[in-house]
Amino acid sequence: MSDHPRVIVVGGGLAGLAATVRIAEQGVPVDLFSMIPVKRSHSVCAQGGINACNEVARQQGYSEWQHMDETLYGGDFLNHQPPVYEMTHWAPKIIDLLDRMGVPFNRTAEGFRDLRLFGGSLFKRTHFSGASTGQQLLYALDEQTRRYEDKGLVENYEFWEFLWPVLDENGVCKGIIAQDQRTMEMKAFRADAVVMATGGCGVIYGKSTMSVICTGAAAARCYEAGVKLGNPEMIQVHPTAIPGEDKCRLMSESARGEGGRVWVPRKKGDDRKPTDIPEEERWYFLEERYPKYGNLVPRDIATREIFSVCEEGYGVGGGRMAYLDITHLPMETKDKLAAILEIYEKFTGDDPRFVPMKIFPAVHYSMGGLYTEYEMEERKPVPGDKLDDVWGMKDGDPKNMMTNIEGLYAFGEVNYQYHGATRLGANALLSCIFDGLFCGSSVSNYVKDIEDKAADKPEALYQKYLDQEKAKIDKLISQNGKFNPYEIHARLGDEMTASCTVVKNEERMLQCYEALNEMKAQYKDLKLSDTGEYTNANLVFSRALGDMLVYAEAILHASIERKESRGSHFRSDFPDRIDDPFHKTAVVSYDVENDKPVLDWEEIPMPMVELRKRDYSK
Amino acid sequence: MSTKTFKVKVKRQDEAASASYWQTFDVDYTPNMNVISTLQKIAAKPVTADGKDVAPVVWDCGCLEEVCGACTMVINGRACQACSTLVDELLEENPVIQIEPMSKFPVVRDLWVDRSRMFNNLKRIKGWVPTDGTYDLGAGPQETQEEQDLRYAYSRCMTCGCCLEACPQFTKDNDFMGAQSFAQTDYFNSHATGKLLADERLDVIMGPGGISDCGNSQNCVQVCPKELPLLTAIASVGRQATIYSIKRFFTGKK
Repeated sequence: MSDHPRVIVVGGGLAGLAATVRIAEQGVPVDLFSMIPVKRSHSVCAQGGINACNEVARQQGYSEWQHMDETLYGGDFLNHQPPVYEMTHWAPKIIDLLDRMGVPFNRTAEGFRDLRLFGGSLFKRTHFSGASTGQQLLYALDEQTRRYEDKGLVENYEFWEFLWPVLDENGVCKGIIAQDQRTMEMKAFRADAVVMATGGCGVIYGKSTMSVICTGAAAARCYEAGVKLGNPEMIQVHPTAIPGEDKCRLMSESARGEGGRVWVPRKKGDDRKPTDIPEEERWYFLEERYPKYGNLVPRDIATREIFSVCEEGYGVGGGRMAYLDITHLPMETKDKLAAILEIYEKFTGDDPRFVPMKIFPAVHYSMGGLYTEYEMEERKPVPGDKLDDVWGMKDGDPKNMMTNIEGLYAFGEVNYQYHGATRLGANALLSCIFDGLFCGSSVSNYVKDIEDKAADKPEALYQKYLDQEKAKIDKLISQNGKFNPYEIHARLGDEMTASCTVVKNEERMLQCYEALNEMKAQYKDLKLSDTGEYTNANLVFSRALGDMLVYAEAILHASIERKESRGSHFRSDFPDRIDDPFHKTAVVSYDVENDKPVLDWEEIPMPMVELRKRDYSK
Repeated sequence: MSTKTFKVKVKRQDEAASASYWQTFDVDYTPNMNVISTLQKIAAKPVTADGKDVAPVVWDCGCLEEVCGACTMVINGRACQACSTLVDELLEENPVIQIEPMSKFPVVRDLWVDRSRMFNNLKRIKGWVPTDGTYDLGAGPQETQEEQDLRYAYSRCMTCGCCLEACPQFTKDNDFMGAQSFAQTDYFNSHATGKLLADERLDVIMGPGGISDCGNSQNCVQVCPKELPLLTAIASVGRQATIYSIKRFFTGKK
């Protein structure tokens, strides 16, 4: 394979694979790094579907513009608009492409792609593949990636962990340091551009709906190396998950999209079996409070409602659970949800086709992440667009979704763009694939013209970073201190979940800050139970824990400083949205010397849709 | 308050080439545990039942929702996912839970095995739809809901390896492809564009380690956690192979 130009993609979920396929298609070789075989990436957990305007919805009055408007309104206007314009206008093309790749989308009687209703919209505009859409989309992209692997354009580094970006004397990214988690071999890899597509950071919260690899450590390492974060305080808590000992398992929004209803007993502490509670004694609080959207209000709203009725004592049996009920739906509808219903039954022993499911909110998605930029471009309005003056992203511009470090890109969930303060259901798969496809050509354009080639950089540059990473490991292994990394992590999860999720307030967050400082001190006095040099999972976890602590502090800091409520960020001490001064991006950078986050507020350009009050109750 | 504990016997192996050995752990019981949370407790405090500090057990896992396929291991003698295997059910069978790595794949360490053979087989059978690239070329081929039903069933294969662990034909040292590859072959061959590579796939399927080595024990279909119609796949691919070989004979194609 040629040494120049080369691109590294870190992460093999939807965003990483879409980027890989797109970049390889331009003839640029890609080295693909992943903690796990890419086919097992966390995108497999996405269940409900992928949003795009389609012909049926269009003829009912829907449009790409409307999709954009819903995304901005849902995100409480914290999103930059041109990227959302571009994404929603590209969405139908993305569905077509996935269809051509062979994704088994559900079909109508006539053989067209079927649609389901999803949160934050009154139109059916969500394409789906049973109730395991993320898995099906990931597999399609995995297959196309394998095709390029077969052609020799993609080199797969599975089970390799990203450790640090290599930045040259000008602060430009020229590669990465990575480590094989099996042999523990550590190596520097040269690249003319690096794409971070490393997903979310739910593991910071201990139990979440995310996979065990979603620690946010890769994002944290970039942040520590100088990449800014955008809106790290924006963490989505999904309203319906099955709480478990090891994680909270997602119960898809599609259950409500297909007609599922959320309720609690009207009588506090009612401990009758749900099937024994008559209709009139059930409280369908979402339908009552949000007559138009009903059970399909955006996730932050459903989450707060479920949380608060349980706090008031209306939870199932007086506890912290509500019912998600699909028992009344016809069998053929239940069949479309088979994948998630089976999971519920396997884990709880109850068959949700006949017994209402017990659910509670759980941390699910990071809207915030690595801070990125893009190049705006004026677009010619298409039918449905409500303005003559519309702005999208400039196709192929090297700047698109590049972080503040030149040559270092962020795609997918780790990118802070698109979703603002709340992500609408079924927009994640779209944004991940859109980033990969649309901004993939930005990456290949950037490397094609590059003059300062990674291949020509001195070996000493890479050796410096290798030494840095080796020193970190030596320190972790040799310190033989007092504290158990898993216990610190459990406490981190408890603290962050209690202070920084559904309802936040300054007092509790300051307590968390204190605890966090204590944990950071304990982290310097860690005892590893495995100090060996082969497949050391204990070391891998402990190293990530240090980065989680740093990232947690950024989340906490921005949560404290955003003294307003917006979307998923709800402050009981500041319950209203306060546009002046908080209609701004929280840009957080890392002060290496003092090991502290530093926050700047950045204006959000507002070229199209004006701010309006976010109210789903009417 | 006295804590209830249960015993877990884990088959361990320090390195790929080293010999395996067993260790037993006492694990604190809490309601609704699965095997993953059991292993997490062992990892947090790796002390054996007889009080010896040992290296924490290493295993492979991902989503913990039984969709990624990573955490497949042999638990109480059955290949299954550790995330969806519940401790209460296991304890009903036997007071000691026994966990081993899959036996048909090389061990990396402890319960972690190397299943790259499965992914390589996907490459061998050209497991993809030959698209003309990511350009905007309109929708894919229309299909009926019945066709989607079958393809969706195949597409839920999470490359976990249960079918291969249970297969008497599939061993560490032969090159049999097994049910996973046959199902994926049928998956791609039943798509209107995927079909364009059907002959090339069948060339592989009829070659060494292919469909003719299937001993028809039908173990695979019984252990598949996603209930893939593996026998349908084997029969269908077998039929395609027969037709293709006749075609090959008459057209003189090698």
